[in-house]
Amino acid sequence: MLKTTLRITGALAAGVFALSAASSAFAVDITGAGATFPYPIYAKWADAYKKASGNGMNYQSIGSGGGIKQITAKTVDFGASDMPLKAEELDKAGLVQFPAIMGGVVPVYNLKDVKTGELKFTGELLAAIYMGKVAKWSDPAIKALNPGVKLPDDAISVVHRSDGSGTTFLWTNYLSKTSADWKTGVGEGTSVKWATGVGGKGNEGVASYVQRINGAIGYVEYAYAKQNKLSYGQVKNKDGQYVAPDDDTFKAAAAGADWAKTPGMGVILTDQAGAKSWPITGASFILMHKSQEKAEMGREVLKFFDYAFKNGAAMAAELDYVPMPDAVVKLIQAEWKGKIKDASGKGLY
Amino acid sequence: MNTATIPIPNSQASVEPDSRTQPPAPSERVGNALADKLFSGVTRGAALIVFSLLAAILLSLVAGSGLSIMKFGAAFIWNAEWDPVKEDFGALVPIYGTLVTAGIAMLIAVPVSFGIALFLTELSPKWLKRPLGTAIELLAAIPSIIYGMWGLFVFAPLFMEYVQPSMIKYLGGIPLIGGIFAGPPTGIGMFTAGLILSIMVIPFITAVMRDVFDLVPPMLKESAYGLGGTTWEVMFKVVLPYTKVGVVGGVMLGLGRALGETMAVTFVIGNAHRLSGSLFAPGNSIASALANEFTEAVGDLYSSALIELGLILFLITIVVLALSKWMLSRLGQQEGARA
Repeated sequence: MLKTTLRITGALAAGVFALSAASSAFAVDITGAGATFPYPIYAKWADAYKKASGNGMNYQSIGSGGGIKQITAKTVDFGASDMPLKAEELDKAGLVQFPAIMGGVVPVYNLKDVKTGELKFTGELLAAIYMGKVAKWSDPAIKALNPGVKLPDDAISVVHRSDGSGTTFLWTNYLSKTSADWKTGVGEGTSVKWATGVGGKGNEGVASYVQRINGAIGYVEYAYAKQNKLSYGQVKNKDGQYVAPDDDTFKAAAAGADWAKTPGMGVILTDQAGAKSWPITGASFILMHKSQEKAEMGREVLKFFDYAFKNGAAMAAELDYVPMPDAVVKLIQAEWKGKIKDASGKGLY
Repeated sequence: MNTATIPIPNSQASVEPDSRTQPPAPSERVGNALADKLFSGVTRGAALIVFSLLAAILLSLVAGSGLSIMKFGAAFIWNAEWDPVKEDFGALVPIYGTLVTAGIAMLIAVPVSFGIALFLTELSPKWLKRPLGTAIELLAAIPSIIYGMWGLFVFAPLFMEYVQPSMIKYLGGIPLIGGIFAGPPTGIGMFTAGLILSIMVIPFITAVMRDVFDLVPPMLKESAYGLGGTTWEVMFKVVLPYTKVGVVGGVMLGLGRALGETMAVTFVIGNAHRLSGSLFAPGNSIASALANEFTEAVGDLYSSALIELGLILFLITIVVLALSKWMLSRLGQQEGARA
């Protein structure tokens, strides 16, 4: 009895060992690190890709700043950043940059008598609210844009991100483009000096503050607003139209952008022209080294994103992300062909 | 009642060597001497590790914050700006937030802990002692993030709805201290952070206080009661003087935790780099600023300024510890003068 048990255990152990040995011989696991915003979709893509190809992708959502540091130090196969690097920064570090996924940032509010989509904002108004110049919901500046909406005489509680974030970058970038006061007084960045309000950690932190404070206004990724059932407002775009955030208006913003002529494809999609464009849209970017020391790993990263662009659109939509349009994917593939090489200078894609 | 007549014995009573043990055989003694040497070497090594670790942490903090120290100098400490876009950083707001929240926490936690410990050791019926003691120890085992989430999701809404408006209404109008309770009721801010912190440190302080109160020889207390002392008198004139070193140690342990607590504070303090006299306004502490901003700090100067914040927290902790030691030694001197 004991002997049989032992034998079975032994056989099992040998089997497991053989299996693990086999998988380690064939599977190439790539690692990436960076932005937290695209983490859910990268994880989902990685899961699907593992099933399709047997190769894994391990993504650590440590933040864009960390992602840039890690790819520069070559400790990961690719880095991810919500804020595009400038052309000279890319050249200095020998990096190639391409967008992988898009999303939108939406203004959310907590007012008892005002339903979702009812409030209208402009960039100037949002800037004035976030600078503390418009401090009450009954302010004439809000009333002028929203005739007929029952606005309370309550103070506006501004909620912003307390951690550095690509969401904050898009938000402040948009406010800088639409308000001169904001541009000179606060500026744009992954974290800025806020004039008023409280800070929540992460999208979920901002969402929970807005839900809990009466008269609060905040900004979150569209997916968080939808999942937490927060009321979100319409925003006036560059063409003067008031648009509501959804997949169509995000895609419209991406369609109008000039991807080919922007160095490093680093297009910031805020305040894009187009009657249907959502004005606070943004892409999340992938960073890779131009010259790949471990060609096998570099090839695998490209294969992963190739798979994601071809098969990942439905998964992205499920999680309220916006996939890259086909025309942009073609540009990205051309970029891969032309720029990413192995040590001997041979193209990887 | 005159307490000066009660003799307070030295807590480190000398232990008489046990005369019954026989000296071991010579051969064994040689082996023992070697083992002894080895043992003392190992323990000395362990003690040295602590020192070298401390030195290494201090060194790397100083090295990491070099850029910020060179750029801002000593003005970093009283500069209230924190502007990542213009790269102008100052530590005044987080230092203020750290000290204020820890101060509120101690103001609430020390009397409450004292009360709990007093009740447990002197007044509690025997059957309640164990469950109450265990409950307090369990409180200490709850991870800080749970306190933070509880603070944000449960405490803050209730506080905002039912307590804060009347505090603002009745306390906000008082001259001088009214400004402390001004502002819109949002449920979060420095006051909430201090309150949550106090709940977190109460079990630590209570546990230490209870343990040291239990160490007071029953004979001392009984003689005091026998002389007609009330519980209050026995507590303040016999137990507290006897245990003051342990009590101060427990309070310092709590203060240390309150100063460095990160997650729970981050949830409820409001995370705003603004100086405000009102406790209901959002603020920032050093630990929560680090937790919030370190991962996404882009740029060397930004990272360096954050590391300098860490260095300042380290120094604050050292100062607090040194102060408590100094206080204890002064207490000891006074004791000597009285005797």
